[in-house]
Amino acid sequence: MIARLRGHSEYGVAAFLLAVGVLVLVDTARISTDFTQRGPVGPKAVPAVVGVLLIVVAVLLAVDVMRGGRGEAEEGEDVDLSHPSDWRTIALLAGAFLANVALIDRAGWPISGAVLFWGGTYALGSRRFVRDALIALALSFGTYLLFARGLGIGLPAGLLEGVL
Amino acid sequence: MDAFGSLLDGFATALTPINLLYALIGVALGTAIGVLPGIGPAMAVALLLPVTFGLDPTAAFIMFAGIYYGGMYGGSTTAILINTPGESASVITALEGNAMAKRGRAAQALATSAIGSFVAGTIATALLVMCAPLVVKLALKLGAADYFAIMVLAFIAATSVLGKSRVRGYAALAIGLTIGLVGLDPQTGQQRLTFGLPQLSDGIDVVIVAVGLFAVGEALWVAAHLRRRSAEVIPVGRPWMGREDWARSWKPWLRGTALGFPFGALPAGGAEVPTFLSYVLEKRLSRKPEEFGKGAIEGVAGPEATNNASAAGTLVPMLTLGLPTTATAAVMLAAFQQYGMQPGPLLFEREPELVWGLIASLFIGNTMLLVLNLPLAPLWAKLLRIPRPHLYAGILVFASLGVYSVNASPVDLVVMFVLGLVGFVLRRYGLPIVPVIIGVILGPRAEQQMRRAFQLSDGDVTGLFTTPFSITVYAVVAVVLFWPLARRLVRRRPPTTSERPPETPESPGPDGGPSVGTSPAREADRRGPAG
Repeated sequence: MIARLRGHSEYGVAAFLLAVGVLVLVDTARISTDFTQRGPVGPKAVPAVVGVLLIVVAVLLAVDVMRGGRGEAEEGEDVDLSHPSDWRTIALLAGAFLANVALIDRAGWPISGAVLFWGGTYALGSRRFVRDALIALALSFGTYLLFARGLGIGLPAGLLEGVL
Repeated sequence: MDAFGSLLDGFATALTPINLLYALIGVALGTAIGVLPGIGPAMAVALLLPVTFGLDPTAAFIMFAGIYYGGMYGGSTTAILINTPGESASVITALEGNAMAKRGRAAQALATSAIGSFVAGTIATALLVMCAPLVVKLALKLGAADYFAIMVLAFIAATSVLGKSRVRGYAALAIGLTIGLVGLDPQTGQQRLTFGLPQLSDGIDVVIVAVGLFAVGEALWVAAHLRRRSAEVIPVGRPWMGREDWARSWKPWLRGTALGFPFGALPAGGAEVPTFLSYVLEKRLSRKPEEFGKGAIEGVAGPEATNNASAAGTLVPMLTLGLPTTATAAVMLAAFQQYGMQPGPLLFEREPELVWGLIASLFIGNTMLLVLNLPLAPLWAKLLRIPRPHLYAGILVFASLGVYSVNASPVDLVVMFVLGLVGFVLRRYGLPIVPVIIGVILGPRAEQQMRRAFQLSDGDVTGLFTTPFSITVYAVVAVVLFWPLARRLVRRRPPTTSERPPETPESPGPDGGPSVGTSPAREADRRGPAG
């Protein structure tokens, strides 16, 4: 059952490639070339080739999956493929990341970075809340001081503007 | 001798205290990052790209070079001590290296790997010094059509030679080319795939693509399948070797160097194929072939020397032609673009201080690595115990910090996250990452060269094939493209099982048939730059 589901989900990759291919071709058709083109090959040629390539690859991939070909999931040191994808962890991690995106300009990096780190450790299964919060704050304030103050990288101080 | 004089100038640049400091930071960071699970050298350079904007380019590249070489060293430590290679180049090392460690010979395995890497890295860097000016001389004569041909070869090689499934390789390449299209057409200023969003009209910054695919994609992928129990780390003392270990190691080091350098320098390059070849060669030449599989020191010495030699080899096409052949080289190329420089033959004329300073710093970095690694190996090994939640949350923090600082725009963070999801899907369905990043970086340049060639030939297609050089390259492309087909016609023999690592499963080829010649090298490629 799981094997069959996995087989079906790989058609999704082919569908995605097909959709992107169509999108690229539609976008290419929209480009007007009458007034700006220099040289015999204009801005449309390469997108057209890439669009066609995407569609061809989508079809070939679908055929491959149909014939029993499977893309092997990537292995790694910390990757255990014996259990299925843990969507809850991914959703929590994505939440922590998007919270960081929403907060970075408003609250500033020292806060948004800490939220991201703490949320990330929580999502990945750490349950030592206080210790993790302290590490998170040390990391975000430390990177702010090192990179924004030390190396002149543009990180927002946000709410702490004037304090730091 | 011209190259020698330039190299001496390079040493003058690299030996200033501040540049020595950057080299030291680079090798230390590189080793730490190479040892850390989940981060390979490509991700390391990608994460550190944005934070070096404030540095002067020479210092930044000296640091990157240190990270690259350091990452290679660190990766082998992981391979030997926990049997999980830090990056694709040390997959083979894990075979014998971990077997040695299990027999209580971890110290010797680490020593032959560190000293072999030093020997190979030094010889290969010397070869780089000799080759680079020759290739530059050749490259200066190349025209637009020739460059286009080389890039086509790079595309085909990245998708066909490495990786198991060609159709998945091409799918990855197509995705990369599509990402590369986003933005204004450089010649006409027409918007392509921008969907009217002003943030996209400058294109998607390569840094964002690299960090998104490598760092965020890897973090999400690991999050979905996090191993709840950490892998077992074999304890180790200070590396050392006995007389017999030396006697058995020095020839494999030299042979590995001879194999690794040319493979690294080829457009199809990388370290996966030559490390595998080195392993097979050492097994064949060994006086104790029965030890292979149980911890033969030759099986560590050869492949380790090979992978460092190939790292130096990779720099030949990268610096002289602007042609990346590995993920790390691709990200370093992105770094050159960040600084508004285009690697290629002219780089040697315009930025001699930077190029030769970089090359000189490779010699220095290599020596530093040997000094750092022999006594400090037990300390590095401690990094293997870092709690995974903190490691991957930390990767996300550095990814956000770096990408935000490119344009100070939260929109970039969203783009990076979307690319991270793409990276997740790529890993989930076995699409290799390397062709994506090569497509993103080389795609726009290939288009430019092609259109230039057509302008010169006034639209005549034969303009692409006018030079003997381009014809030769296309002949190679044809061979690479049709090689598996021809081989399938010639023989349908399954690969010999004795030469394969146990965990290489049989998998269907791109067209459903059995994939002929599935080697661990091919297997290795898909791990890509993840470490």
